[in-house]
Amino acid sequence: MPVVLDADRISRSLTRIAHEIVERNRGVDDLALVGIRTRGVPLARRLARLLREISHHEVPTGALDITLYRDDLMRTAVGAQPLIRRTEIPFSIDEQRILLVDDVLYTGRTIRAALDALIEFGRPKVIQLVVLVDRGHRELPIKADYVGKNVPTSLAQSVQVHLTEIDGRDEVEIQEP
Amino acid sequence: MKKDLLSIDDLSTDEILLVLDTAEAMREIGQRPIKKVPTLRGKTIVNLFYEPSTRTRTSFEIAEKRLSADTLNIAVAASSVLKGETLVDTAMNIEAMAPDMIVLRHAASGAGHLLSRICRSRIINAGDGMHEHPTQALLDAFTIREHKKRIEGLKVTIVGDLLHSRVLRSNVLLLTRLGAEVWVSGPPTFVPVGIERFGVRVSPRVDEAVAGADVIMMLRIQQERLHGAFIPSLREYFTTFGMTRERVARARPDVIIMHPGPMNRGVEIASDVADGPYSVILEQVANGVAVRMAVLYLLAGGAEAD
Repeated sequence: MPVVLDADRISRSLTRIAHEIVERNRGVDDLALVGIRTRGVPLARRLARLLREISHHEVPTGALDITLYRDDLMRTAVGAQPLIRRTEIPFSIDEQRILLVDDVLYTGRTIRAALDALIEFGRPKVIQLVVLVDRGHRELPIKADYVGKNVPTSLAQSVQVHLTEIDGRDEVEIQEP
Repeated sequence: MKKDLLSIDDLSTDEILLVLDTAEAMREIGQRPIKKVPTLRGKTIVNLFYEPSTRTRTSFEIAEKRLSADTLNIAVAASSVLKGETLVDTAMNIEAMAPDMIVLRHAASGAGHLLSRICRSRIINAGDGMHEHPTQALLDAFTIREHKKRIEGLKVTIVGDLLHSRVLRSNVLLLTRLGAEVWVSGPPTFVPVGIERFGVRVSPRVDEAVAGADVIMMLRIQQERLHGAFIPSLREYFTTFGMTRERVARARPDVIIMHPGPMNRGVEIASDVADGPYSVILEQVANGVAVRMAVLYLLAGGAEAD
């Protein structure tokens, strides 16, 4: 299985993205991070840490579970329901600049669900999308603002992101069918 | 999950824990500015209530609305049942309009099982006679777990009218399954024969039953079901079995007091206990919405093949 990002590359990508965020938003005023469960959450926390090192300001960080907003729920008559986990956004997103964070951008359907979910919490000034890997094959008109690495893939392949907080190691690999 | 939720025994232990964990996530929705998610959009849920109910019906309806289901309430007092229609006929007529779920409250034990056999809709038992009230037991377990962080090994004492109580039966099944040590106490006329077989300890002395308890659960004296001389008088019942501050003092210092409602103040529970610092009675009501959202969501998925 080819490794497309190792621990070093992941760490440098996130550092670069943190700098891009500060540059594009002219600082960190009104910024807040929202990670999409599961692996967007540790990525959002790491970005919060990097942004603090760069700007010496805390950036509020939340976690969003998009399961209840999925467009494929209730469409099949068999099988158990997907597991719901807690959404924790302990701050107002009104008039904030929200950085939505996920590990892999693929069809765009997760992000569509996340936008729906997020809007229920208030009216942010702007929502920007951060992903560690963009693997292509979009099914919706959605584009990331910050990308760790563009990884061209075939539909048959799958992209596995491993993060220390959850999987014990930092690595992104492509799995062949 | 099975097609219907009629009894706690319809759930595996893993499924019980899944309901409780899902309810944790659902509770957060009730704290949002917009308390609604689109999950059950397009699903129709009929609340068919043959007995008066405020808490359970309201709780189900709020849960259904927070999940964006279309709900309608049939209160029997204003329906064709008064014209003599049987439960089966009413259910078949509702079924003909193709709802996805029916939430049923009925005075006859096993009413849900009857509908389960004739309906394609999923049936949720919201209390059937003296049999079971599974969502109440789930919300009680949720409330206990929230306060005690566990259920295994806790001493849970249930006091009152054990005989007529569907809340008791569902709670005993659930709490013993999760490893609690369940004690029950009440006047001998209220103790069902053979209740020990459910794995509970029985004591006719309430003071012994509550000694060292982590949880005290009071059951309502159901005056509408007391057709006979079960207790000499309500005053005497309160003196012998009512939960007073003196009795609460025998339990653990961090005991929680529960009651499924509606309460008879001064009959099974003293007012200062019901409103006191140990009481989690209103938390139970609040948690009921989250637990019912979890049940509705989990049942709305595909049924497991039997």
